[in-house]
Amino acid sequence: MRVRLKFQKYGPMKFIGHLDVLRYFQKAFRRAGIDSEYTTGFNPHQIISFAAPLGLGLTSDSEYVDIGLNSSEAPEIMINKINEFMSEGFYVTGFQMLEEPADNEKKVSAMSLVSSADYLVSLKDGYCLGLDINNIEKFNEVFSRFYDRTEITINKKTKKSSMLVNIKPMIRLVSFDESDYKNKLKELLLDLPTDKNNQSSYFIDAESKAEIYDNNIKIYMQLATGSVANLKPELVIEAFCNDNNIEYNPYAWQVHRLELYTHKDSMDKLIPLSRFNK
Amino acid sequence: MRKLALSDEILLSIEKPARYIGGEVNMRVKNPMDVDIRFCMCFPDVYEIGMSHLGIQILYDILNRREDTYCERVYSPWIDLDKLMRDKDIPLFALESQDPVKEFDFLGITLQYEMCYTNILQILELSQIPIYARDRSEDDPIVIGGGPCSYNPEPIADFFDFFYIGEGETSYDKILDLYKECKQSGKSRREYLEMVSQIEGMYVPALYDVEYNEDDTIKAFIKKYEKAPDKVKKQVEVNLSEAYYPTKPLVPFIKTTQDRVVLEIQRGCIRGCRFCQAGMVYRPTRERDLEYLKKCAYEMLNSTGHEEISLSSLSSSDYSQLQELVYFLIDEFGSKGVNISLPSLRIDAFSLDVMAKVQDVRKSSLTFAPEAGSQRLRNVINKGLTEEMILKGASDAFSSGWSRVKLYFMMGLPTETYEDVEGIAVLAEDIAREYYKLPKEQRQGRVSIVVSTAFFVPKPFTPFQWTRMDTPEEYIQKQQLLRKKINEQLNKKSIKFNWHEAELSELEGVLARGDRRLSKVIYDAYKAGCLYDSWSEHFKYDKWVKAFEDNAISMSFYNSRERAEDEIFPWDFIDAGVSKAFLLKEYKRAKNSSITPNCKQLCYNCGAKVFACGVCFNNQEQAGDQTLLIDNPGQDLTEVEHEG
Repeated sequence: MRVRLKFQKYGPMKFIGHLDVLRYFQKAFRRAGIDSEYTTGFNPHQIISFAAPLGLGLTSDSEYVDIGLNSSEAPEIMINKINEFMSEGFYVTGFQMLEEPADNEKKVSAMSLVSSADYLVSLKDGYCLGLDINNIEKFNEVFSRFYDRTEITINKKTKKSSMLVNIKPMIRLVSFDESDYKNKLKELLLDLPTDKNNQSSYFIDAESKAEIYDNNIKIYMQLATGSVANLKPELVIEAFCNDNNIEYNPYAWQVHRLELYTHKDSMDKLIPLSRFNK
Repeated sequence: MRKLALSDEILLSIEKPARYIGGEVNMRVKNPMDVDIRFCMCFPDVYEIGMSHLGIQILYDILNRREDTYCERVYSPWIDLDKLMRDKDIPLFALESQDPVKEFDFLGITLQYEMCYTNILQILELSQIPIYARDRSEDDPIVIGGGPCSYNPEPIADFFDFFYIGEGETSYDKILDLYKECKQSGKSRREYLEMVSQIEGMYVPALYDVEYNEDDTIKAFIKKYEKAPDKVKKQVEVNLSEAYYPTKPLVPFIKTTQDRVVLEIQRGCIRGCRFCQAGMVYRPTRERDLEYLKKCAYEMLNSTGHEEISLSSLSSSDYSQLQELVYFLIDEFGSKGVNISLPSLRIDAFSLDVMAKVQDVRKSSLTFAPEAGSQRLRNVINKGLTEEMILKGASDAFSSGWSRVKLYFMMGLPTETYEDVEGIAVLAEDIAREYYKLPKEQRQGRVSIVVSTAFFVPKPFTPFQWTRMDTPEEYIQKQQLLRKKINEQLNKKSIKFNWHEAELSELEGVLARGDRRLSKVIYDAYKAGCLYDSWSEHFKYDKWVKAFEDNAISMSFYNSRERAEDEIFPWDFIDAGVSKAFLLKEYKRAKNSSITPNCKQLCYNCGAKVFACGVCFNNQEQAGDQTLLIDNPGQDLTEVEHEG
């Protein structure tokens, strides 16, 4: 049986890199006595795969990991069981049993499903962007001007070369305020029934673990994510800074992932990964 | 939420920030306001090494069982953070509370190898604690040293308030209870230390003075405080069989050298190899109870979620119930995705069967530790195994499917000749030939033999404590001879040769048998930039040489001198059980190539019987022949090797 877990990663755990998070979960499942499925051979390991690795220093409300189980209790019981063994900074908020693929279908990995992600990028306290835009009104105005351009080109560097890329099409939403962001997001989402808990899945409505800063300068954005097109929020901020003669300081910004989405074949509407059970 | 001592910006600009954030699984959480004593336990090396150390896990557990004490941890900040902390004047902090170490009552530092001495000074300096004990005030933590190197603490005596000689299980309660009493009755630091010297096993260096002869040897070791003991007696956990064992060890987030459950099955070793300090100072050999170990294994795997368990001891094959324990582990946990990692074992039917069960034979290699190339020299070091046993073991392993072998040797052993050195090449060649005796269809391609040689370093409390150590030039000459010899042989392409750096071992030799005059050299070397000396990429030999020159101290005085039988050694004030007379007798037997039977065969009255426990009092049945040692690969990768 395949199960998709949703979890939050926050606080000091943002300093734990992706591979260590993988090891952490393997050990946590063993502590919790979860009946994990193992590969065979001399070095058996748990069947486990993450949807979209989170970079060092980032926090998240919606990380997804697919695991293989031999047996399971009810989703609610399983969530509680796992959370009992989580360290501060990891909190499991969803447990969803996935549909077995039909005979003619291939197994889809969580990673291949992801098409976009929502981020909240906040300016950390103690960093100055320049005297003239260090208040919210001014910042929002300057950022809007940047985003309203028809093309935003950046110099994307690869190992061998660099090329100019227009990232504007990969930015699907920008907002500076939570309720405005939620309204805009509604337009983009596929209409789904509100009650998401049933026999095969259980979700906890957990408070967002995004860090809050006094300066209140922040941007909500939805960016293309995944194998087809991928844009990191840091690149958007860097482009914005370059565009406004602000020195880009990667340590000045806290990036927090809010949600990961997929979309059904031809439809343009998004589905949060937690509502897609394949 | 836990607050961190370092800012996001610092943590994201250094390597592996997880080294400094604490919060690991099974970390003890207490409110520092609720305890009387704050104890910071330190392993003076990088986190991944320090977190792999069993001793600290045991002490962490013992101290935290006390309600009035909160024991936390600190490790050496890596070079990158070291620089930032100095630039920004950030005091070193403990991982649990993230509070500065200088606010603690105690800083306990484990001394596992000599080459960590400059790291100790780094810990003190970054903690903003005066480096010299004499400069510390009433507000500074009491700095304690313990572990193997405390069997000669003199080179670093000036940096410590006291040393705990022996096993940590026995006396911490006394030390902490006394501290509380002294604090309540307003006693001074000096008064506390004088009282500590009355607890058996505690060495307070400030209470003693050393006088030297004109030839720089020690004339006398003099008490400055009348009540201080003449001899400091090693502490031994007498009832090890069921002595408390930490069943909830810490589980780090990042991969450390021991990313597994470690189960200590016994302490001490019956073999009495004459070069081995652990084999002498951990006497008498004591076993843990089988049923207790089974219970511990179960609890530890559950509490950590580790996918591997490894047995720890100096010579596992001598554990009387090894077969039962190993088969229990395989039966009970093998099917649950737990790897069983085997420590040093003699090659026999049992070990080959077990190895074939727990690992992929084709991918793993066997490690043999003959230590010396000729039978004569193996007798000198009391490694009682013969060439026949080695070849038979190799042959058995080859026919069971192995084709990769690692061989460990030491060069520079007392009485070693060029013939002995060449013997290493010959033995490797003979092992290769054993492989080709197999019918071709049973072979897995070409045999691979890796020969590694370390530079022998004489250690205190061993029969070789009197001996002269080779100079680096002599060692390098032998190394070149060996390489030439290997390359002259038929199977030269199957034999790879690694060796240890001579200069590092030379310094290790000086620090191992050094005296109090070395503290200034260590201090100067540290101030000149020496740090992480055990990491060959950071070892700055020229800076050490200069520090010795500046202090007009010669390394050869400590290394290249055969000591007189009646010379007073810096560590003679320690009573380790094993007597100096016994060690000298053993040294003489070594020079005659005489073998001394192991503790189970015959008692040679080494002196450890005074502890009234362990093998000294169990029936001494005949122990099996000592044959080969085989190891599981990938156990400890901290040693640096050169390829040749």
